[in-house]
Amino acid sequence: MKALLVRDLMLAIRAGGGFGLGLSFFLIVTVLVPFGVGPQTELLSRIAPGILWIGALLACLLSLDRILALDWEDGSLDLLATAPLPMEGIVSIKALAHWITTGLPLVLAAPVLGVLLSLPIPAYQWVVISLAVGTPALSVIGTFGAALTVGIKRGGLLMSLLVLPLYVPTLIFGAEVARRGAEGLTVQAPLLLLAGISFGVIALLPFASAAVLRINLR
Amino acid sequence: MSFWEYANPVKFIRTTDKVLPWVWALTGISLVTGLVWGFFFTPDDFRQGSTVKIIYIHVPSALMAINAWLMMLVASLIWIVRRHHVSALAARAAAPVGAVMTLIALATGAFWGQPMWGTWWAWDPRLTSFLILFLFYLGYMALWEAIENDDTAADLTSILCLVGSVFAILSRYAVNFWNQGLHQGATLSLDKEENISDVFWFPLLVCIAGFVLLFIALVFLRTQTEIRARRTRALLAREGQA
Amino acid sequence: MKLSVRDLAVTRGGLAILEGVSFDLAPGEALVLRGPNGIGKTTLLRSVAGLQPPETGSVTGAEDQIAYAAHSDGLKAMLSVTENLRFWASVFGLSEIDAALVAFDLTSLRNRMAGTLSAGQKRRLGLARLVVTGRPIWVLDEPTVSLDVASVALFAEAVRGHLKSGGSALMATHIDLGLTEARVLDLTPFRAKPRTRQMDEAFL
Repeated sequence: MKALLVRDLMLAIRAGGGFGLGLSFFLIVTVLVPFGVGPQTELLSRIAPGILWIGALLACLLSLDRILALDWEDGSLDLLATAPLPMEGIVSIKALAHWITTGLPLVLAAPVLGVLLSLPIPAYQWVVISLAVGTPALSVIGTFGAALTVGIKRGGLLMSLLVLPLYVPTLIFGAEVARRGAEGLTVQAPLLLLAGISFGVIALLPFASAAVLRINLR
Repeated sequence: MSFWEYANPVKFIRTTDKVLPWVWALTGISLVTGLVWGFFFTPDDFRQGSTVKIIYIHVPSALMAINAWLMMLVASLIWIVRRHHVSALAARAAAPVGAVMTLIALATGAFWGQPMWGTWWAWDPRLTSFLILFLFYLGYMALWEAIENDDTAADLTSILCLVGSVFAILSRYAVNFWNQGLHQGATLSLDKEENISDVFWFPLLVCIAGFVLLFIALVFLRTQTEIRARRTRALLAREGQA
Repeated sequence: MKLSVRDLAVTRGGLAILEGVSFDLAPGEALVLRGPNGIGKTTLLRSVAGLQPPETGSVTGAEDQIAYAAHSDGLKAMLSVTENLRFWASVFGLSEIDAALVAFDLTSLRNRMAGTLSAGQKRRLGLARLVVTGRPIWVLDEPTVSLDVASVALFAEAVRGHLKSGGSALMATHIDLGLTEARVLDLTPFRAKPRTRQMDEAFL
């Protein structure tokens, strides 16, 4: 299990793209939004929490097909399936590796990009906290989508179609935490719900992902 | 004589062939009765005028949009537990019908909303939930189409349907929560069933019955088609092998 | 641990292709599967390895005993030879890789990135993976693809050593490895007859 995580992280570092891809996409979205909606500070600071969340979500989505497709193509998945690791463990580790290479950098980059969008001062901590709590759910749900479409050629678009509606609750609660934080309101309710979703999918969804992956491997 | 005997494709086709004409006839009767009654023999609403009459299409299609997904969920569970091919194919057959029902509900809602609220679209919780439901239908159908092996596709779509159902319920709560946060209270509620009067209620019931029957007829028909298509593939494969 | 396959039937793409396949593989034995292309060797091996549930029949003694090597080697181009082997060793709970490097003459290549190896060298690395798993039953699908004569001899030697130490090997291959002790099982008689065991028989 640990070996798999170490290998995935090593590959992400060496092959490039792993850490950089999501981050640069996040940067592009945040930089482009002001060009699209105009430079007014009050408008930007009002939409900043939502933009940061959408940017993070899309950056996450962009890198999902790397979670399993590469291992599928070179036969590693077949070999891992015959190894003494439970499939549930494999998909969980894959999701964790995806979160470390994509989700975590996004959490760390969000405050920096918040500056570009004139994010209100009280919002910084809540944007970071909501992303830290919510992005693991994005990785785990994304792994389920990746497992569903792993055997399909050019499955990337299909995977986005399958994953997007599954992302809605996470996005709503995550962005709500950030927005309420920015307005100085209490964030307890959406934050608890967001954490509930994260814990729920981390605990349960790997079973579905593993079942789906087993079906796809046979 | 067990219910599961209908899981045999041949038996299913034979039985539904006998039942289908009656279902079609009843569908026609109840839809015509309900719609004519509703459109021409009910008074205009004192506030909404004749626009209110779109309710006779809008509410039944919205109901069926949700019930179709529920039926797919049940059929998927039956496929996972008992591995009856007809069950998986019935779920596949119901998906486009449900998607179209969702579209009808959304479109009639827009036609209704335009004169009433002055807008075609608002991010009201119900509207948003239906949009998300539509996305679920699209993803489900796309996954069926994308996979070549029929049994693999049935397995994967069943699990997607199960997981999707959980997330659909989550989305429903999330959307309610989200819009409440924006609007403080549902100003655009479509929930008219509380204050609807009997004059509107009875033709509406007939219309709902008509839509249920229409759904059953379409799913029977489409399941038959799926079974025959599957059978054609099986026969062709056997030819190729021999 | 003896591997027993009893009355196995396998399907590919919803079609029955093999049926009634039975054999035993005791420690120290090697069994070579033969048969024309498309007969179902790969599918049979995947069933034995537990990747694909058999249509009927049973495979016993395979649980957590099998090291499977398919057409693709599961190598990562951006990892070195040792890193690739270390990874697979630790997945199987081991760490020793030197013996495998020696057996497949990879010692001089140990620090090269797997992506820079030739096809034959990659194949050797893929086979070296079998040694580091420490599993007793090797299930090999066309193990000698892209190997030259010398490498085939290396491979045969590795198999022989594996058999001597109490392991066993089940392989699908067309070329003669010079393994005189290996039994041969021709799959042609087990070709599924049309009409029987159709996965879609309910629709016919």
